[in-house]
Amino acid sequence: MSVFKKLIASAAVATAMFAGPALAQDNVRIALVVKALGIGFFEAAAEGAKEAAAELGNVEIIYTGPTDTTAEGQIEVINALIAQKVDAIAVSANDTDALVPALQRAMQRGITVISWDSGVAPEGRQLHLNPSSNPLIGNMIIKLAADHLPDGGDVAVLSATTTSTNQNIWIDEMTKVMGNYPGINLVSTVYGDDLADKSYREATGLMQSFPDLDAIIAPTSVGIVAAAQAVVDAGKVGEVNVTGLGLPSEMAGAIASGASQSFAIWNPIDLGYSATMLAYELSQNGAEATPGAEIPMGRLGSLTLNDNNEGAMADPFVYDASNIDQFKSIF
Amino acid sequence: MTRLIPLREMILAGAILGLLLVIASRFSGFVAPGNLVNVFNDTAPLIILALGQMVVILTRCIDLSVAANLALTGMVCAMINVALPELPISVILVIAALLGALMGAINGLLVWKLAIPPIVVTLGTMTIFRGVIFLISNGKWVNSHEMSASFTGFPRAEILGLPVLSWTAVLAVLTFALMMARTPFGRSIFAVGGNPHAAVYTGINVGKTQCLAFVLSGALAGLTGYLWVARYAVAYVDIAGGFELEVVAACVIGGISIAGGVGSVAGAVLGALFLGVVKNALPVVNISPFWQLAISGSAILIAVAFNARAGRTKGRIILKSADTSS
Repeated sequence: MSVFKKLIASAAVATAMFAGPALAQDNVRIALVVKALGIGFFEAAAEGAKEAAAELGNVEIIYTGPTDTTAEGQIEVINALIAQKVDAIAVSANDTDALVPALQRAMQRGITVISWDSGVAPEGRQLHLNPSSNPLIGNMIIKLAADHLPDGGDVAVLSATTTSTNQNIWIDEMTKVMGNYPGINLVSTVYGDDLADKSYREATGLMQSFPDLDAIIAPTSVGIVAAAQAVVDAGKVGEVNVTGLGLPSEMAGAIASGASQSFAIWNPIDLGYSATMLAYELSQNGAEATPGAEIPMGRLGSLTLNDNNEGAMADPFVYDASNIDQFKSIF
Repeated sequence: MTRLIPLREMILAGAILGLLLVIASRFSGFVAPGNLVNVFNDTAPLIILALGQMVVILTRCIDLSVAANLALTGMVCAMINVALPELPISVILVIAALLGALMGAINGLLVWKLAIPPIVVTLGTMTIFRGVIFLISNGKWVNSHEMSASFTGFPRAEILGLPVLSWTAVLAVLTFALMMARTPFGRSIFAVGGNPHAAVYTGINVGKTQCLAFVLSGALAGLTGYLWVARYAVAYVDIAGGFELEVVAACVIGGISIAGGVGSVAGAVLGALFLGVVKNALPVVNISPFWQLAISGSAILIAVAFNARAGRTKGRIILKSADTSS
């Protein structure tokens, strides 16, 4: 009796979650579980997943997630998906550890489980897809500046705080590959503490200390916006190019004013696309998620797994005047 | 007494000049007139908030919620601008000042009517205001491309070579100088801070004066909130994080006694300018960023230690006169 009740309940949940509950049973059903519904970034990832589904042909995407970013909400969603016997779950987790028991239960039932964007502990998934990797990001931020300086030039870094782990790693990776960009000199590294006013002041200081400065690289979303504003206010648009890592919605103004030629961040569409491709490979084509394995992911090449069964999708995606309008409303 | 107070401001002004000379020896471009205008403009929000904080501290209170008030008002102004881009800036200025004053009034009423210590009240409202920003914005940013050109252009518009942001600070300084020296309210603030019991006997309502001081500080914080958001062309939950401590530091450096009753408009302005010069100079004098925090902290400590020494003898005199009078 209780089993019957559970079935009824999960069926009800399923119907509630499906926009159009056309369940063709011979389709491969891949569930894209996101941190919360209604977030532009994840809606874009779902677009990418549907693109992958269209390419694969016999795949149905179940785009779902809780209404707020809680681990409890995701566990409920995952339990419902287990009851529906989906073929694969690709999750961006609200908590590294809390989802592990539910996801382990899914794997015991033969469901392929991968995490993407925000990872799950190794015992709770078969592989994790990172949007990018530290060496790729470090290379990208200097490449963004170098691409607009064919004759070389002076660049400076505006970071977050002196102790920000991510930024320090990226700057470290950047200095390692500086040799590949002859003529580009790193003249200074300053810290804006991820405060708009301090970042603005530091960027202004950079332009004063180095009158010939050609680019400011800010691998932080607060810093890049503040530096762009400082360049506009100093009347140096066209002389100093602000680049680095930022979000399209926050950087649209800087691209429009010309203070920033281009900047980079993950592309959520590509992320949803490759997560779907990976889930399909593991679930249907017998790909094994083991350290060192190379798993194909369609138009984005293949994912190479490290010892933790993690892999980096691609270079950060470059945003400029040509595509900013498409993405600024997404995230 | 009267000779001692100008003397302290002279010393502080001398310290700022000395600081400028030291900076000029390392980076001569810093003392170019154009750059000094920029430094003043960058310090303008600190000057405006320090004036409000000065009034509050003079009445033996403290307002730790100014930065959160600034951030909340700034966010509200930005969201209004996004919703109604056609709304004239003058209306936004009025909304900003009124909203700021309202938040100041909440502080003031809690201090006045419920007699809760000001540091506790404003610590609480500081957190509440930040929380409210999160609630109304859902943690999202308001970005430059969403704001109208007139909204972000107002504090940048130049009148006689000085941006409106700087003029606002100049106007605030003049108004406060007049108010503190020449109006009954200004004098009652000194009276309330100097000797609350005596103030009661002269017919001054101590709680009400303190409440009005909070309202004033809140209104200035609100006004600055709009100017801040427009200047940096971005509004999010954490803007001006930790700024309240800078404002208090500016007051303390300017010789405004935390115990209340002692201080001047010139002191608050010079204290703010001192911090402003330090903050703007550190990025250009090529000092390791790892040292910068330690250096700005030391500058504050030295100035305060100096003030504490200067203030000590004066404190004894006040005590003596209080003893003999009672």
